[in-house]
Amino acid sequence: MFRRWYLRDFILLIIYIAVLYGAWVALEYAAVYWPSMRYYNRILVMMGINITLAVSLNIINGHAGQFSLGHAGFMAVGAYSAAYLSVYYFGPYVAKMPDGSAQQIVWQNLLLIVAVLAGGLMSAIAGYIVGLPSLRLRGDYLAIVTLGFGEIIRVLILNIEAIGAARGLSGIPAWSSFFWVFFFCGLTILISNRLVSSSVGRAFLAIREDQIAAESMGIDTTRYKVKAFIIGSCLAGVAGGLFAHYTPAYLNPTGFTFIRSFEVVAMVVLGGLGSISGSIVAAIILTLLPEALRPVKDYMPGGRDPRMVIYSIMLIVLMLTRPQGLFGRKELWQFLPRRKDSLPNEARDEGNADDKLDRDAAPPVT
Amino acid sequence: MRNKALILSTAILSLVLMGCPPKTGETGGAAATTDAGGEILVGEFGSLTGSEATFGQSTHNGIMLAIDEVNAAGGVNNRKIRVLTEDDQSKAEEAANAVTKLISQNNVVSILGEVASSNSLAAAPICQQNKVPMITPSSTNPRVTEVGDYIFRMCFIDPYQGEAMANYLTKELKLKRAAILIDVKSDYSTGLAQYFERTFTANGGQIVGKQSYSKGDSDFRSQLTAIKAANPQVIFVPGYYNDIGQIAIQARDLGMSQPLAGGDGWESPKLIEIGGKALEGCFYSNHYHVDDPAPAVRTFVQKYQERYGAKPDALAALGYDSAKVLAEAIKRAGKTDGPALRDAIAQTKGYLGVTGLINLGPDRNPVGKKLAILEIRNGQTALKGIVDPNASAGAAAGATDTTGTTASAATTGTTGSTPTTGTTRTQ
Repeated sequence: MFRRWYLRDFILLIIYIAVLYGAWVALEYAAVYWPSMRYYNRILVMMGINITLAVSLNIINGHAGQFSLGHAGFMAVGAYSAAYLSVYYFGPYVAKMPDGSAQQIVWQNLLLIVAVLAGGLMSAIAGYIVGLPSLRLRGDYLAIVTLGFGEIIRVLILNIEAIGAARGLSGIPAWSSFFWVFFFCGLTILISNRLVSSSVGRAFLAIREDQIAAESMGIDTTRYKVKAFIIGSCLAGVAGGLFAHYTPAYLNPTGFTFIRSFEVVAMVVLGGLGSISGSIVAAIILTLLPEALRPVKDYMPGGRDPRMVIYSIMLIVLMLTRPQGLFGRKELWQFLPRRKDSLPNEARDEGNADDKLDRDAAPPVT
Repeated sequence: MRNKALILSTAILSLVLMGCPPKTGETGGAAATTDAGGEILVGEFGSLTGSEATFGQSTHNGIMLAIDEVNAAGGVNNRKIRVLTEDDQSKAEEAANAVTKLISQNNVVSILGEVASSNSLAAAPICQQNKVPMITPSSTNPRVTEVGDYIFRMCFIDPYQGEAMANYLTKELKLKRAAILIDVKSDYSTGLAQYFERTFTANGGQIVGKQSYSKGDSDFRSQLTAIKAANPQVIFVPGYYNDIGQIAIQARDLGMSQPLAGGDGWESPKLIEIGGKALEGCFYSNHYHVDDPAPAVRTFVQKYQERYGAKPDALAALGYDSAKVLAEAIKRAGKTDGPALRDAIAQTKGYLGVTGLINLGPDRNPVGKKLAILEIRNGQTALKGIVDPNASAGAAAGATDTTGTTASAATTGTTGSTPTTGTTRTQ
């Protein structure tokens, strides 16, 4: 049984990597022949980073039900740690190799992974440090603590000379690419998907539904909440590391204000708290929307740009019509038609749960 | 079930990845027209919304005024220039998106922007990579133009201000004793102070006291007391406007009557709001002042007021100059491809703009630009003096018409390329 699952996952992983690699090569070639593709490539990569951020925040906000507003802070920790390594150690090391040689390409990709994972590790540590004392708090109080944390990180960065302080950190090697962004994006989705159906994930859900009941069932709530925080912040750090290495490979503390956190929270809430596919779809929509609305100003009198107004109105309309988020707590595939008899009872019950039920259970903040 | 989930998410992802067909027809067409003789497309990115929206709006107004003038005079090489403006919401990430869009979708020949150095630094590598010349009107951070040889700047950089102010104090005001109060946390402040000190002592002055504070401090009394004991004639405080007001108030409380002097970090309506009467008689250097009697400034102010009904600020003036220099360069290059245009912009010498004579140096920054010294009088800024290293050349070229792009100063005015007032920059 176990072996069979393992093999299937492995094959899927290979297929995923192959598809990604093919898509990446195709996109790179397309950009050579049609320069306009560079813009789409860029949006795609930003989309991948936002999906990673949204899915990782969904673990904290959606699955474990702990309202965190410090995701930009964790992203900043990952981004700056990874960038620091690349600027001061990895970059100069690779620069010594002959340009364009196979050796250089292999090393820069390897070192990118090391830098990105190191960024994730630093974020995880930050998540642990923040989570341990503050996760005894609940709801609004926790939200304020995490909001404060994000700002502390930003102010710290502003005061550290080695990483550029207020000037921002430039000179980061631009090693990140479509392939790596979506590789880690897929990994994040996989981790999140596996997690939610594991015993740890079940504990998260129990804590979200009712902390006291969970505790009386023998779940060490603080430990599991810290766990959710560590996993979520680690993946945000990975996203930050990839962002740091993507063209123009320039980091500035102004990019990691609480507004960035709110953008990610908006993705998670719009998609539906607790829905992985919801987070993905919402991240795609909220990345595409501001860019897709750029041409609107060409049809406006006097060159006024109503982009952000339309964006805001669309957000409001979406939240008014679906307050539980796009998918509520369901996943995308639970909306698809299927044969009822082929499903176990449990799953069918889940699928039949109507929106009213979702709405009742919507606010995870206790 | 779980695997089904995985397959589905993979499928969705791949769909997303594949779902963006390249718009080949569009760009192919645009590229063809740029080469044939239709409109010349120029991209502008700016903070039209967000925390720095006023900066972006001013710059945009200046650029549009300049481009419309050029087009009214027949355009460049019989082609009209069209500016495509994208908003970056005052965010570096958005700036990168906007510039990528302008370059790859619209095939702009050049990029104009930004005010905030962080946004310029995010856009510059993309312009450099695509070999599209970029001119930043007002990012003062020296590192912006260090990104590469396609990145130019129209305003003077931080160290230059320090030197110019030192020259002004020693040569115009004949002051001999100065004290310095620096914001140690800011590159801008320490940079200005360093170059100020070097030039001031070289001109025979003496720095009698040097004190420091950190941005956000609220009590400056101990530093000011130490400065008071040294009895300087002027105190150089190259900080930002939010600290200056408090420093001035506390200095007056301590019975110090010396004027404070500073750089363009002072420029803000908030400055006088905070400092009030304590700032009377204090002065700072800036890129331009609306009351400058130079003919180029007078025509610009008049046109700007006619069109927008407001007095132009320094950012508008710099935006105007950037667009004019670009139009000039396109004209001289005769083509619009990246390398040719880059070379043409780099050769900009002796162009008489609103903010003074513009000579681009080998590091793509203007050399020896004009500086306006602004004094605070009766709760308003008034023009105290002009520091112009090219004063003689500027006066000569000032007689010619500056509104048309008649190339009067562009190639002939190389006489002004060597600054005389000792403002050799060592950046």
